Amino acid sequence: MDAFLASTRMRRRSTLALLGACALAALLLAGLAGSVSLPLAELPHAFASLLAGAPDGMAATLLDLRLGRASSAFVTGAALALAGVMMQALVRNPLADPYVLGVSAGAAVGALAALLVGAALWLIDVGALAGAVVISLLLYLLARRDLGGARSGVQTGESSVLLLSGVVLASACMALVTLMLSVAPESRLRGMVFWMIGDLAGTSWRLLPWVVLAGALWMALRRARALNVMALHADAAVALGVNVAGERRFLFLCSGLLTACAVTTGGSIGFVGLVVPHACRHAFGPDHRILLPAAVLAGGGFLVLADTLARTVLAPQQLPVGVLTALIGVPVFLFQLHQLHLRAR
Amino acid sequence: MIETRHLEVRVAGRLLVERLDWRVALGESWCVIGPNGAGKSTLLRTIAGLRALDAGSVSLAGKPLQDWPLPALARERAYLAQSRGDAFAYRVIETVLMARHPYHADRYWEGSDDHAAAENALRTLDVLHLARRDVRTLSGGERQRVAIAALLAQDTPLLLLDEPANALDLAHQVAMTAVLARLCREQGRAVVSVGHDLNLAWSGATHALLLHGDGQWRAGPVAQVMRADLLGACLGQPIAVIEHGGRTIFLPEAPAPMAGAVPIRRTQ
Repeated sequence: MDAFLASTRMRRRSTLALLGACALAALLLAGLAGSVSLPLAELPHAFASLLAGAPDGMAATLLDLRLGRASSAFVTGAALALAGVMMQALVRNPLADPYVLGVSAGAAVGALAALLVGAALWLIDVGALAGAVVISLLLYLLARRDLGGARSGVQTGESSVLLLSGVVLASACMALVTLMLSVAPESRLRGMVFWMIGDLAGTSWRLLPWVVLAGALWMALRRARALNVMALHADAAVALGVNVAGERRFLFLCSGLLTACAVTTGGSIGFVGLVVPHACRHAFGPDHRILLPAAVLAGGGFLVLADTLARTVLAPQQLPVGVLTALIGVPVFLFQLHQLHLRAR
Repeated sequence: MIETRHLEVRVAGRLLVERLDWRVALGESWCVIGPNGAGKSTLLRTIAGLRALDAGSVSLAGKPLQDWPLPALARERAYLAQSRGDAFAYRVIETVLMARHPYHADRYWEGSDDHAAAENALRTLDVLHLARRDVRTLSGGERQRVAIAALLAQDTPLLLLDEPANALDLAHQVAMTAVLARLCREQGRAVVSVGHDLNLAWSGATHALLLHGDGQWRAGPVAQVMRADLLGACLGQPIAVIEHGGRTIFLPEAPAPMAGAVPIRRTQ
């Protein structure tokens, strides 16, 4: 038995190490690849000057730009994947994604309104964040009962009020978005559409998303066992000493915050929050203690790769990364679904 | 172990149990009997602390239920829900290990002691061979036995079970009833289980609580409560009690003519 325990522990560790290595490799690739490719030999020098804080020469400048964008891609993908895992645990449905509750639609309304009036770049981010926060608060008020108030929590173990409110709010937001797109002047339409698809061009080093991601991951890992109990037992998790109402509120707030952070950085990039958690569950099992860190690493790595492809595949033309995540995500998802179906039979 | 005073159970405004004064001591095995919708499951959820009190009080080990912190409460009582919906592909062994959650808030991974407890529980319920299976691929009866194994792994003095015999085949119904009876007798635990099988209840329980569904109730040792007249009045179905070869067998009386029953068609 102890040998079995030791071997599973070993396997978990090597899984995470492997995913970490893959993510690093993706970042490295993102640094090297581009319309002007960096030779591997110049990398150490460029990296050293970058670390010294004074990028000199073209190699170092390119690396600075590319790694800045790659770091945004990583933190955005990781946040979306983590939010996806949390949302799936919250509504107890492996097919939920971070956008299902309309947080991203709210962000889209804010960001597009800012784009429509031709606001400065930072105002677009502020608009997106404000939209996401407003929708989250509205949702929280509407679905307070589902998120549990008293110690007894919810009676039904369903998240139907939460889910339906989210879906309805999302469609209301999408109607506003369509309205804005239809009245927008031709010159601003392209930026608005790119925001909707999700685009990482022009992003660079930012600290805040990393802080949010690290904080959310740390708090989620501390609750990973409770999340397992909740994912299995729904409300009956109270009988195992889990404060279901508290955990649900945590999941709601944390996934909302992560999603808001991600869409503020890169627009509403689709499929990362659905496909990556799903693939990780498929590969490593539903245990949140391994699933949470795995989803962060895989989501980050995936979006870095997708973004690198987005800016190299038709270079110098840049594609919005959301197109690639959807193009990669849809077949992967359908394949997994098909596999599941085969296995269930 | 658990004591109710003037407890009321209401569902959607209807009063199902009125002024329940009930005491379950360690070493006692109670069965809760009553017709559908009589409040059996709601009563169980209430004394498990999963539901707000309508009126009255419940105390566990002398302390009011609502004063217990959730993790400490989870080390005192285990609760088996009537049904389970598995959304995620957890393995059987993982679901049983999760029952050890209340014991170590500080551990990230379970230790070998938890694995030993989980294995023991699985062996007791005869499902150890399923340990690596995905719970969603189990049959209804297998899933039920795994859930009961998780309950045992939680290792609490008080066990509350809502229809534990659900979906079990006859052999496992008998075995499960014997396991619960043995826990009470040999380890001095307290068991409260809801069930519809009177024979199973008689063979396993020391005490019975009859709920009529209209507020009335009756509690006591099985010999005093599980009588033909009382059971018949409670269940709305005449019951015959037959002594056979030193055993007591409960049978529904032959159906009476449908006098007074709901007519199939009403003419105006």
